[in-house]
Amino acid sequence: MKPTATQLSEKELSSFDGGIKLVAYKGISTREPISTFAQTRQYIVPLQQHIGAISQVLVAPGDKVLKGQMLAKPGDLVSAAIHSPVSGVVTDITQHDIPHISGLADQCVIIENDFNDEWVTRQPLGDQYNETSSHELRNVIRDAGIVGLGGATYPTSVKQTEINIKTLILNGVECEPYISCDDALMRERAQEILSGADIIGHIIKARECIIAIEDNKPEAIKAMQEAIDHDGTGFFQVQIIPTIYPSGGEKQLIKIITGEEVPKHRYPAELNVLCHNIATAYAIHRAIYFAEPLISRITTVTGHGVAQPQNIEVLIGTPISHCIERCGGYTDDSDELIMGGPMMGFSLNSDNLPIVKACNCLLVTAKTEHTSRDKHLPCIRCGKCVDVCPARLLPQQLYWYASSKNTDRLIEHNLFDCIECGCCAYVCPSDIPLVQYYRSAKTTIWQHDRERKFSDISRLRHEAHQQRIDKQKFEREEKLRKKREMLKNKNNDKDNKKDVIAEALARAQAKKNDRLKDNDTETD
Amino acid sequence: MLFKRTPSPHIKESISVHDMMFMVIYALIPGALASMYFFGWGVLFNLFIAISTCLLTEAAILQLRGREVYSTIQDGSALLTACLLALALPSLAPWWITVIASISAIAVAKHLYGGLGFNPFNPAMVGYIVVMISFPLEMTLWTSPMGVGEGWPDFSTTFNWVFLGMLPFSETVDSITMATPIELIKTQLNQMHDIAETRASDEYSALFSSISGTGWQWINILFLAGGIWLVKKNVADWRIPTAFLISLILISNVFSVVDYSTNSSALFHAFSGGTMLCAFFIATDPVTACTTPRGRWIYGASIGALVYIIRSWGGYPDGIAFAVVLMNIAAPLIDYYTQPKVFGDPDR
Repeated sequence: MKPTATQLSEKELSSFDGGIKLVAYKGISTREPISTFAQTRQYIVPLQQHIGAISQVLVAPGDKVLKGQMLAKPGDLVSAAIHSPVSGVVTDITQHDIPHISGLADQCVIIENDFNDEWVTRQPLGDQYNETSSHELRNVIRDAGIVGLGGATYPTSVKQTEINIKTLILNGVECEPYISCDDALMRERAQEILSGADIIGHIIKARECIIAIEDNKPEAIKAMQEAIDHDGTGFFQVQIIPTIYPSGGEKQLIKIITGEEVPKHRYPAELNVLCHNIATAYAIHRAIYFAEPLISRITTVTGHGVAQPQNIEVLIGTPISHCIERCGGYTDDSDELIMGGPMMGFSLNSDNLPIVKACNCLLVTAKTEHTSRDKHLPCIRCGKCVDVCPARLLPQQLYWYASSKNTDRLIEHNLFDCIECGCCAYVCPSDIPLVQYYRSAKTTIWQHDRERKFSDISRLRHEAHQQRIDKQKFEREEKLRKKREMLKNKNNDKDNKKDVIAEALARAQAKKNDRLKDNDTETD
Repeated sequence: MLFKRTPSPHIKESISVHDMMFMVIYALIPGALASMYFFGWGVLFNLFIAISTCLLTEAAILQLRGREVYSTIQDGSALLTACLLALALPSLAPWWITVIASISAIAVAKHLYGGLGFNPFNPAMVGYIVVMISFPLEMTLWTSPMGVGEGWPDFSTTFNWVFLGMLPFSETVDSITMATPIELIKTQLNQMHDIAETRASDEYSALFSSISGTGWQWINILFLAGGIWLVKKNVADWRIPTAFLISLILISNVFSVVDYSTNSSALFHAFSGGTMLCAFFIATDPVTACTTPRGRWIYGASIGALVYIIRSWGGYPDGIAFAVVLMNIAAPLIDYYTQPKVFGDPDR
């Protein structure tokens, strides 16, 4: 029996430990509907915009490309395709700064726009998806370069390999302050989101789809509910959840809705659920009905440091400076440029960087709201961080061991279960940038692991080499030994022959002697 | 356009270490005022000497360690240590007692271990223990509380005694001091007077006009009130005082029910001596306490048990300082073995 609307909304929600209540600041970017703007001259498309292997480039400098043409194919199973956001010419494939937490440059395809907006030939699947196999649909999604648009950018098709999953959860929680791109999308394109969810549901053979939205987005809830009522199949269900950060984290959301915790180091499929962001569902809808790869996304440009905060639908590869310009530019007291939300986002050192698939928000802070953190006080072990940690870690102990580089203790205190949500650092009265300590500790441990693996491999190879040499040596010696033995045997044979001859001679002599004796006797 | 880079998160709750320390100090005010009301000028002198010595010592050592003196001293931690120490010392302690205790607290217990956040032992309690062990006689110099006998001596008598060690010809040390209720009951028991007898005697009935001793009861009630405010403000942890009080009350109740003639009641223990000061202001010192949720229960309850043991069978009148420092030693071990099970842990 399909669940009806009333049953699910009466369902008691669970909650996760820790978390904090934050001021949302979402209103400043949702006053206007989603806007689009004219294309710019140059697009910078990074080849690594997802979790997994870097994409393999298919074009060369000088090539003419069409809008939506695949520029790079997935480099491995866990990887994603990259497409051209405009029609034009590939002018270069080079290292360019990208918005990444490391602040490092990466391989990018630079495209000069010809402003013809000429698409590749597209053959949308449309309603035929109902008769298409899960495998083929996954391939369409894979070829469309779709990744999780909630921020993690994990390749979507890889997530959908498990089938017969009972519940599909659409994540419309958007728990970070300031960000409102999912909110705007739900308000304006609810039907398309449901269409995308239906496709995912078809792929994984889901029996129900729960759309989770925080209670601070009444317009989005209303829009989704209306679309669901219009749909009328009973497959969809809006689930309003309380506003508490980080309820939009996948595992936290699953806990809220199912009451169960995804076992550590395991996937949600184990609890018979699959979680996708609503923007991902929308992208899937575009891919199936319009054969449109992921070449644009909704990005929130917001903060008190930008003149006209709003949600923009922007092509991947657009320079950030161009987006800010289209939103009225910076205000006089603009301070920092952050990609993502204020809790988990990272600050960028320049706006000469492209919009990437992960870019859900560009937050420009104002100097007036700047929280000074030039230096921090020592940890006083007050334990506020313990109370807010959604992973039930002991952040103060992790900090202690991270600063003393005690790897064993860090692992024992489950450093790798940290989801880097920033709750601990947010409440820390000593202003310690805790997340940064954890990130760098993780990186160091990973690096050690890699080095150890590398040296293990080298050692194994060395040992194998040594064994080979030993074996060869042994074989050679064996051969020599055999040869020597053989030669020795030959010599022995000669000796034997001599013996035989000697014996024969002796025997002949003896006979001769006998005969002589006989003769002597006869003559006597 | 270029920007500076800072680590996430980019927003911050506004409460700082400085705010926390000063909220603790504010929460001490009602109990401190009651202390002054019942024990007179000596409390004020203690506060004055302890605060000036602690701040001077802190400044001198920060200077020696090459740290920024002015901005560091503003965290309020030295000031708080001074207040706690002053309120724990007897009201007629000579000035050098307070000075030695203060220097031991800041120089030895705090900075020799690396300063704020790195000290394994509660500085105020270490300072207290140093003078308690070295000068046991001076550590019993409490005046008789307001409303008992002549009450506390006037300003000039107190001043001359505390700073110059001089008393008027008509007075002796014994005539202006009086044992605390906890100490009194203990010494009387040693002289084969049971508790009911002591409380009813002509000599002490005024001191025992309220359950846990005149003055002491009010001081404890007001520290409790300040403490509850601190817990509500989420500055002090709620588990440690709860565990401490439950454990102390339960244990003392068991013993007093078994034999009420030689064991004081649970209420007496809860509202006498330094109980409430310890529960909300000393045991909750985050730096030296346990930090895991379960660990804090164990830590608080163990202090409660130790306080009862030392009060009842130990050689010292009140066991707070020793109980706290003993548990400080155990805190890292308790923390290690009481790690919470992380999100998604299959064993949970």
